Amino acid sequence: MDEMFKPSRRAFLRGSAAVAAGTVAGGAAAQVPDPLITELQDWASYTGAGVDETPYGMPISYESHVIRRNVEWLTASPISSINFTPIHALEGTITPQGCAFERHHSGAIELRKEDYRLMINGLVEKPLVFTYEDLERFPRENHVYFCECAANTGMEWAGAQLNGAQFTHGMIHNMEYTGVPLRTLLVEAGADLDQDKWVYVEGADASSNGRSIPMEKALDDVLVAFKANGEALRMEHGYPVRLVVPGWEGNMWVKWLRRIEVVDRAVESREETSKYTDVYEDGTARKWTWVMDAKSVITSPSPQMPIPHGPGPLVISGLAWSGHGQITRVDVSRDGGITWETARLGKQGDTKALTRFYLDINWDGAPMLLQARAMDETGYVQPTKSQLRAQRGENAVYHNNCIQTWYVNEKGVAENVEVS
Amino acid sequence: MSKSPNILIPAMGGTALVLGLAFGISSREYGAAKIDSLETRVAQVEAHASSAGQKAKSEAARAAALEAQIAEVQAAAAANPKTLTMPAPQSDGAYGLGRSALAEEIAAWDVDVLPDGRGLPEGSGDAFDGEEVFADKCASCHGDFAEGVDNWPVLAGGFDTLADKDPVKTVGSYWPYLSTVWDYIHRSMPFGEAGTLTADETYAIVAYILYSNDLVEDDFVLSHENFAAFDMHNKGGFVVDDRPELEYASWRAEPCMSDCKGEVKVTMRSVFLVETPEVGTVSVMNHGTLDGVPSFTADGPSFIPVSTSPAPQAEPEPATQPVPKPVEAAASPGEDALVAAGEKVFKKCKACHQVGAGAKNRSGPQLNGLIGRTMGSVDGFRYSKVFAQALEEGRVWDEESLVAFLTKPKTYMKGTKMSFAGLKKDADLDAITAYLKSVGE
Repeated sequence: MDEMFKPSRRAFLRGSAAVAAGTVAGGAAAQVPDPLITELQDWASYTGAGVDETPYGMPISYESHVIRRNVEWLTASPISSINFTPIHALEGTITPQGCAFERHHSGAIELRKEDYRLMINGLVEKPLVFTYEDLERFPRENHVYFCECAANTGMEWAGAQLNGAQFTHGMIHNMEYTGVPLRTLLVEAGADLDQDKWVYVEGADASSNGRSIPMEKALDDVLVAFKANGEALRMEHGYPVRLVVPGWEGNMWVKWLRRIEVVDRAVESREETSKYTDVYEDGTARKWTWVMDAKSVITSPSPQMPIPHGPGPLVISGLAWSGHGQITRVDVSRDGGITWETARLGKQGDTKALTRFYLDINWDGAPMLLQARAMDETGYVQPTKSQLRAQRGENAVYHNNCIQTWYVNEKGVAENVEVS
Repeated sequence: MSKSPNILIPAMGGTALVLGLAFGISSREYGAAKIDSLETRVAQVEAHASSAGQKAKSEAARAAALEAQIAEVQAAAAANPKTLTMPAPQSDGAYGLGRSALAEEIAAWDVDVLPDGRGLPEGSGDAFDGEEVFADKCASCHGDFAEGVDNWPVLAGGFDTLADKDPVKTVGSYWPYLSTVWDYIHRSMPFGEAGTLTADETYAIVAYILYSNDLVEDDFVLSHENFAAFDMHNKGGFVVDDRPELEYASWRAEPCMSDCKGEVKVTMRSVFLVETPEVGTVSVMNHGTLDGVPSFTADGPSFIPVSTSPAPQAEPEPATQPVPKPVEAAASPGEDALVAAGEKVFKKCKACHQVGAGAKNRSGPQLNGLIGRTMGSVDGFRYSKVFAQALEEGRVWDEESLVAFLTKPKTYMKGTKMSFAGLKKDADLDAITAYLKSVGE
């Protein structure tokens, strides 16, 4: 049974065997008594693991395939690279830190809280230095936000490329952050808060990643965060302190945050000029594309999550999000966009956070072209790939929020495709 | 479970209790949550009323009374907006946390450079000197002529390609400000040795990159004085995010729900199939064609399986063998600490070298089984001349030669492409040697 949940291509090829196994386990008319029920099992007789055997628990070994994965040939070195959250195998909305995607420009560093310093300088009355302890003394807030790399789905501009929701849409995670509003620190330093000012933020790692954020956003909902999902940030996500810039591209969520500078103009750093900009067909480029537009993807069924059973009840499950606010509606199509049905939201969407949606169907075993289409509180409707290409051309890299299509065949095997 | 009318009696009692509580607490959110549960209860009451014959009338009246009470709770909640969940309080800067940043501290960290040249330190360098520094510190990834090695960034050329399919975005063809080049090189390069370049070296490297882009002559001297006057080729090539005007305006419309298209066909299948073994991924080309892939209309797919019963049972395959875990070469217990220390020292090398299971050549060769290995002998790695010669001579890496090399790479192997200054501490040299010894083939 384990085999059928292993998302390997071999498992896909064994799809029909998996269906057979699933029928025996799930069917109502078992012919032979199930030994799992009629025979005394080891685990029902022997004792299990004691407390403290794993002081910090890891997922059970049967789930060892639910991990971040990278695609080696995408980047020159794993030190400056990205991997992907296994969104196909997760449910609900919160991403466990241990499998939340990583993106480093010079590798993840080990920085002790005791060695941590945060400087705030520039157009401020009092340039200040904070220790980690100082940060924990400011009033703090808790918010759930998604963090999406601007390059998520970037490969797919050129056509259907990578076969799996993890690889096409996995540069995203969603966590509950605890932190101090950036506004509080700016006020503490007596910063010039005029709307024409900018806040330049910079990391302590070797890449020294820096981005310019307009004052209006800095005063709105940006957090200087030190916890995620209730525990300390992981090293790979910027321990001990990272910036959280809700709804805006992940590159601005500076990790190992060491400096906040109030400036009178955008710094035009490498990551906001030569990278994270997109070239149009006429050769001009679009910059300062901070907001992540509304987007959705069906996580199951999907290429790594074939339908393991035959026709009958099927849960179509997916994720939707928008950098503009709440997800208000998600529609699902089973025929490549001819007909749409409005999906059920797992719960009312949080602003700038992942929302889970479901379409519970009775699958007739016929092939499907599965698509999802998100709408947010501004009324924005997630565009098709053709709409995006017509608007931006094909040389873009970032901000691909197109409607994704999975072709699901009669065996339940799913594949990344493009449709007319 | 059979539905007995009696079930509702305790439920109604509970409802009354909840209503009392809701009145007692003047929190909007609390009230709203209770209203939700009250509405659920009311729905239950109504559902029951329709099916419970005789009691229908009285319960409908009760439901109406509850609705009236709910309206009252809502009105009370609206009248008192005080809520227990609030954002963190804002102050006027009175917390008094943190300490003043000293001038020396600000000088050490505030080194970013703005497009108008503010932030530049005094200094200068020419393209001629820059070529030398570049060859020494940058060329192993970016190539001798800034043309890029493997997947590393190309820094030169690409002019007039921005409107082509696959534009070549280099410093020369794409970067709008020279300040970005100086700032990034000074702070973040060389990869693996960030922050080690002097101001003059940085001016020289920037001048050389401009030269390699044919933007200046080789005697061009770049300094803090002429810096701001230098306009980049693509300075006017950027527009600020115009999605609101070009996209949002038209994409905020009620979407189509049915008959949105005529026929839908699959036009392209995934180029790669990404397999996911125990660790990592394996990308293979997808040889699937569009033959046999159904098209779709409002009536459904062109291909519908003959039987809608479960797929025929196939012979179950024998269980596959579990994938063996990679075997790590064990170090003797006494050396564990040294090996661990060496692993930390190895961070200085990781930008270019890999070791361990699956190690591959990067900018530098993989280092598995280095001690005892013939110098310059890793397949597929393009060595410098000095290592090619060492291979011919059959020289073999031992602890002594490794320590000598890592102490002063460019002295020990004159002409090596390895852009690493060397390890100064004996402890680090011992540790890295122990670590590299511990990593077997």
